[in-house]
Amino acid sequence: MFYDEYLKLDRASMGKAVLSEELAKASGAVAREDLRFEDFLSLLAPAAAGLLDQMALRSRAITQKHFGKNIGMYIPLYLSNECTNECVYCGFNRNNDINRRTLTEHELDQELAAIKQQGYDSILLLTGEAPARVGLGTIARCVTRARELFTQVSLEIYPMDTDGYKRLVDSGATGLTVYQETYNRETYSRVHRSGRKAHFQWRLEAPDRAALAGFRKIGIGALLGLSDWRVDAAHVGAHAAYLMRKYWRTEVSVSFPRMRECPSTFKPACIVTDRELVQMMFALRLYLKSAGIALSTRESQGFRDNMIDLGVTSMSAGSKTNPGGYETYSKSESQGQFEICDDRNTEQVVAAIRGKGYCPVFKDWSATFGGVRP
Amino acid sequence: MDGNLKIGDKEFKSRFMMGTGKFSSDEVMNRCLAASGAEVITVALRRVDINRPDAGILAALDPGKIFILPNTSGAQNADEAVRTANLARAMGLSNWVKLEVTPDPKYLWPDGDETLKAARILVQEGFVVLPYIGPDPVLARKLEDAGTAAVMPLAAPIGSNKGIRSADTIRMIIEQAGIPVVIDAGLGSPSDAALAMEMGADAVMINTAISASADPEKLAEAFRLAVLAGRLAYLGGMAQKGDAAKASSPTEWLVK
Repeated sequence: MFYDEYLKLDRASMGKAVLSEELAKASGAVAREDLRFEDFLSLLAPAAAGLLDQMALRSRAITQKHFGKNIGMYIPLYLSNECTNECVYCGFNRNNDINRRTLTEHELDQELAAIKQQGYDSILLLTGEAPARVGLGTIARCVTRARELFTQVSLEIYPMDTDGYKRLVDSGATGLTVYQETYNRETYSRVHRSGRKAHFQWRLEAPDRAALAGFRKIGIGALLGLSDWRVDAAHVGAHAAYLMRKYWRTEVSVSFPRMRECPSTFKPACIVTDRELVQMMFALRLYLKSAGIALSTRESQGFRDNMIDLGVTSMSAGSKTNPGGYETYSKSESQGQFEICDDRNTEQVVAAIRGKGYCPVFKDWSATFGGVRP
Repeated sequence: MDGNLKIGDKEFKSRFMMGTGKFSSDEVMNRCLAASGAEVITVALRRVDINRPDAGILAALDPGKIFILPNTSGAQNADEAVRTANLARAMGLSNWVKLEVTPDPKYLWPDGDETLKAARILVQEGFVVLPYIGPDPVLARKLEDAGTAAVMPLAAPIGSNKGIRSADTIRMIIEQAGIPVVIDAGLGSPSDAALAMEMGADAVMINTAISASADPEKLAEAFRLAVLAGRLAYLGGMAQKGDAAKASSPTEWLVK
């Protein structure tokens, strides 16, 4: 399990490497055909900040070779914003006084149909951690329902045990995303005050359990801004590399959600700039050539459009982060997890992708593909 | 120039097949198709919406002009590949299948065991099977024994553009095969394709080297010409390579 690897990571030297000012190391890393972990670290360092153009060109070429000029299209659907956790940065924090909704079966069908009409075949179902309201059985039923309309049904849900994950795979779930939020244990404990999410190791090993349970696609990431972004990005790379090595049948993808300045609520430890964000995306791409990189509507239109041909492999569009947001409820009736930054509709994003000379791909899975257990 | 390429009960003038997966748009793909002269194009079934076969990639292709060879890309084992091929046949697409079983998403290296298992089932079920394989001469013979219509060994990992990295085993496959050998995956430049044809391959399949290039249409044409040149050279029986000068009748002095 990754927790053992995590304990073995030499955090002191990782911390030093990602702060390196040695240009020679960074430029050597950009030029290497197959990067080692230490090369990845040097590309996260300040020394590599001046090499963004070289990194971008390599990132583009590597991505085109492996994925073609394609962008996989997916869309999120929130099943519920109820949550028992107390994550200080999250809109669904149980202490927040917001309108809570859990979709009924009828509402779910309505939302699924509204999304299907937009042409999607890949859907991401999300929920807060409220097992009493949205438990394993409910999620499994939602997956089965979604599979009637979509061939790819991914989940971004609270961690389950392996048997729970197996049940979801057997219900037709294809992918699982679980962000560690931060790999810094102290920060993790500070920002996850209570609830089941407070258990660092349980969450850290969730991708292992998901792979063992047969999920074909696993997504990981850190919520950038909770802790030092370079160190968190280094851990994301180590974690992704571990998963790809150990569960070699599983497709691994990485996301880089970042926190923004938010006046009234939680103050991030750092604000990741655009330049820093692209640096870590390029570093990851150069290190792990076949890893997927997802870019959500959390980012702005301009940023997303510019990244289409620089390493991204999948994008969402027209997203709503409040349960029922597509058809059933207005924003005030059910509140979202975070603010959407790119609020263009699917058609507009598709046009932007085509405008970059890329092909938006809606259907990229076969109903005949099931879970694969190691 | 010479006889047509015969696979199963079909004949093709062109010995250049094209993939579809990585193009920037259907328009670019179709322009490349025209420039390539290809008569066979492979389409990933995972990209086809069985409920709307008239939308997406299939809508962009004219089956009157091009033979569509469905592939099982993404299948991780024999069972998934067999079921995917059956789905395509059930929707009336084809009883031909380019059999791809690639459990490893990193290099998409074909799984020989599962490919052979799937091939045996699909041949029994009446499919015309073209399996994508590693450059393994024994596997190629087993597949031929199983009744596949061709074998499609890779030159190098898919998308790598590295050219023919295992020339010796590719040569063995070509030498021993009683069915067409189509070199698939890894051919990065027209000279790689020409070399494959010079070696006696019956055809080549290209995707990334065209779609990821700066001017895909030009590359499609370049590959067309290279395939022709390579085939012609093969048929012409190339003179042997070597540095030393050779006397024309070095044993003339012997008493007969």
